[in-house]
Amino acid sequence: MIFINVNGKDYQVDVPSDTPLLWVIRDRLKLMGTKYGCGIGECGTCTIHIDGKAQRSCTVEVGKVQGTKITTIEGLSENHPVKRAWIEEQVVQCGYCQPGVIMEVASLMAENPKADAEAIIRSMDDVICRCGTYPRIKKGIAKAVDIARKEVRK
Amino acid sequence: MKTSFSRREFLKGSLAASGLTIIATLTPEGVKLAKASEAKGEASTLKPTAYYEITPQGTVKVVVPSSEMGQGIHTTLAMIVADELEADWGKIQVIQAPAADPFKNVLLDSQLTVASAATRGWYVPLRKAGAAGRAMLIEAAAQEWKVPASECTAEKGAVRHAKSGRSLNYGELAPKAARLQVPQDPQLKKESEFKYIGKLMPRVDGPEKVNGKAIFGYDVDLPDIHYAILARPPAYGAKPDSFDEKAAIAVDGVVKVVPTPRGIAVCAKNFPAALKGRKALNVKWSAGSHPDMDSASIEKALVSGLEQPGANAITRGDPKKALAQAAKVLEATYYVPCVAHATMEPMNFTAHVQQDRCDIWGPTQGQTVAQMVAGQVAGLSPDKVQVHTTLLGCGLGRRAAPDFVVDAVIASKALGKPVKVVWTREEDIQHDLFRSAVAHKIKAGLDDQGRLIAWDHKVSCFSILKHMGRPIENGIDMYVLWGLHDAPQSPAKSRIAYGIPNFSVELVLSDLPVPVTPWRSVQNAPNAFATECFMDELAHLAGKDPLAFRLESLKDNPRARRVLETVAKSSDWGKPLPQGRGRGIAQHMCFGSYVAQVADVSVKDGKVTVNRVDVAVDCGPVVNPDALEAQIQGAVVLALSTTLKEEVKFAKGGVASANFGDYSVIRMSEVPEIRVHIVNSTDEMGGIGEPGVPPLAPAVTNAVFAATGKRLRRIPLAL
Repeated sequence: MIFINVNGKDYQVDVPSDTPLLWVIRDRLKLMGTKYGCGIGECGTCTIHIDGKAQRSCTVEVGKVQGTKITTIEGLSENHPVKRAWIEEQVVQCGYCQPGVIMEVASLMAENPKADAEAIIRSMDDVICRCGTYPRIKKGIAKAVDIARKEVRK
Repeated sequence: MKTSFSRREFLKGSLAASGLTIIATLTPEGVKLAKASEAKGEASTLKPTAYYEITPQGTVKVVVPSSEMGQGIHTTLAMIVADELEADWGKIQVIQAPAADPFKNVLLDSQLTVASAATRGWYVPLRKAGAAGRAMLIEAAAQEWKVPASECTAEKGAVRHAKSGRSLNYGELAPKAARLQVPQDPQLKKESEFKYIGKLMPRVDGPEKVNGKAIFGYDVDLPDIHYAILARPPAYGAKPDSFDEKAAIAVDGVVKVVPTPRGIAVCAKNFPAALKGRKALNVKWSAGSHPDMDSASIEKALVSGLEQPGANAITRGDPKKALAQAAKVLEATYYVPCVAHATMEPMNFTAHVQQDRCDIWGPTQGQTVAQMVAGQVAGLSPDKVQVHTTLLGCGLGRRAAPDFVVDAVIASKALGKPVKVVWTREEDIQHDLFRSAVAHKIKAGLDDQGRLIAWDHKVSCFSILKHMGRPIENGIDMYVLWGLHDAPQSPAKSRIAYGIPNFSVELVLSDLPVPVTPWRSVQNAPNAFATECFMDELAHLAGKDPLAFRLESLKDNPRARRVLETVAKSSDWGKPLPQGRGRGIAQHMCFGSYVAQVADVSVKDGKVTVNRVDVAVDCGPVVNPDALEAQIQGAVVLALSTTLKEEVKFAKGGVASANFGDYSVIRMSEVPEIRVHIVNSTDEMGGIGEPGVPPLAPAVTNAVFAATGKRLRRIPLAL
């Protein structure tokens, strides 16, 4: 039996400990916002937070994350600056990659609250979007940084 | 949240709710508008289908026939209905349509989201449907107040009577309006009266996609759902020599092994078990039909095809004679390799075959075909197949093919349970139906004034029709010629824009077993790469500016001229740039829209960096300007990916590329600034999903020439 904490909730799941965390999140916990894209950690669609840090859930074994705090796109507040920025800038097209992209950006912003948009954008080459939303992802990042700064000032 | 539903369920619900439901009924004279109650008892013969429903609570449920793959069609088509209906945008709810005849796009005669045809196909029918409802709601209010309808106005989900200051909202009026006659030819709004059409509107699917709530095919979940992963042949024509079924079944969670025409499906209770089961199956494959085929031999075969006699697609004037008399003649050969769709959501489909019905769920661009093939495989008539279209994790043309649907139906039939066939990324790339590789040879002539007078073009590639299982007549597959030539009444509207007096196109189709299918813009993009790079070479030969040279041959094509002139102005065309930097220009017309682009590139140490791309677009009237800009941005990014990076590698008679590690695609830091300029146009409406792709590769390649003096005739570019 494996014990994991996802989005603040404790779960126990009966799966082999080498099962990729991605499939536990999707098929056992039915949290479908985290997507499969490549299975080898190349595309970023499955990005989640483990103890606040962006990780590729397709290459993390579920047995190795017991005792951590896991956050998925569903666990990131709907009021989060990145989610709000994504709506304001109308970033999404098909939207399949965006939960992973959003989790990546949210993690980069949390790790370094002083980072400007340009620095975050430079760290985003490990996510893939086939619709080509990159120009708007860049605008979205700039907007999210702006929203987050205004919130700090409040 | 979007849901799909069966027609009968929807009608039952609508009638019970006694709101106003405007439906389309298919009659021998064509599609007619009707209300739901009129369809009672006629459902089986007239196939009534709802375009929208106004509930007594005032919610407007718009039923969208087209697949949403990121292009924003759920939003765009809802904008059209809402505008004519004068609905309150905040009350709009979008529902994905089931498969049914009245949901066929009139331009394609199929329920099919391809050819950049959704908005231009649905614009008029949905405006009429919306306007009919508005007229009925106004009439209902007028009768209620006993005033002339002409004194009442509809606005933002309510009808008002200004004289008396009275007002009733659509929810209140809907049950009364449902008792009135449906006007067949309602008065449409004037353009100046539009509230949503042509305005910046937020996507209806934005919040659910941002919050991880959107349901794609991969996310379909049903009670007792099983997963199937196929072991697939590593080479074209390879057959299984042996496999270990017992070992696969022995894996915890694996329940059955089912052969299909495309491989051997391992069915299991979850994804990891199916994957482990497939490994345990340990299939030994035969060598296949072309064990020596690789990327080099494919390229050699297609290029040598240019020396074979081809099938003539069009001859205008006398190109041979004109070339013999030309003052200057130029010949060049171009090559574009296969590229993969590699949509972020890999292929997948779910089916549940039962005794007298079959339900299929998933990301399809083609409901009509999916319904037909699922019925054939399940042994049921198409009307027994319910198609539940999910959101599509990008489409790019791949999801119009039915191969991935068929395997789900086979597996579910064998298992007697709902089965989701899921493709791994490796399968998605290796068993893609690619954008065809293509070799071009063009010979053109200039007169003594340096004007283009003759163009003799030979194309050597794979056949899309062949891989669709459709007949090829007289050696011509029009799909692969789009951008050069097109049939007169074709909805693709993809022809060379230049008026060249002596012009011919010949086609040589290869017999190699590489499967191909449309890929965003079909062959317009690789064809435009050749034509627009060659136009640049000809301008150079004529000693003319590439823009001026193009305009000379576009005297009878004002729309193409206008986009070129617009993009030239916005990109500072002609202004000097520093050493190592250059601008390139290209234009192309396809799917009825005109696009010109200027790329500004730097070349340093053999590396091409694109600094900026300016785009001018004329697609006629614009319904959803924000989606238009997003589509052009996305098209430029995708096309740049093929220009700089993408190439499917073949080896040992199959596909060597497997995942994003060895199938390189563009990343964020390589994306330039993209400036989109929409040309104000009242000309015929064109599509917008694809036309942004074709001009990019030649614009960048021509810019590399401007920066370096090097002519590159193959993408991805290698200096």
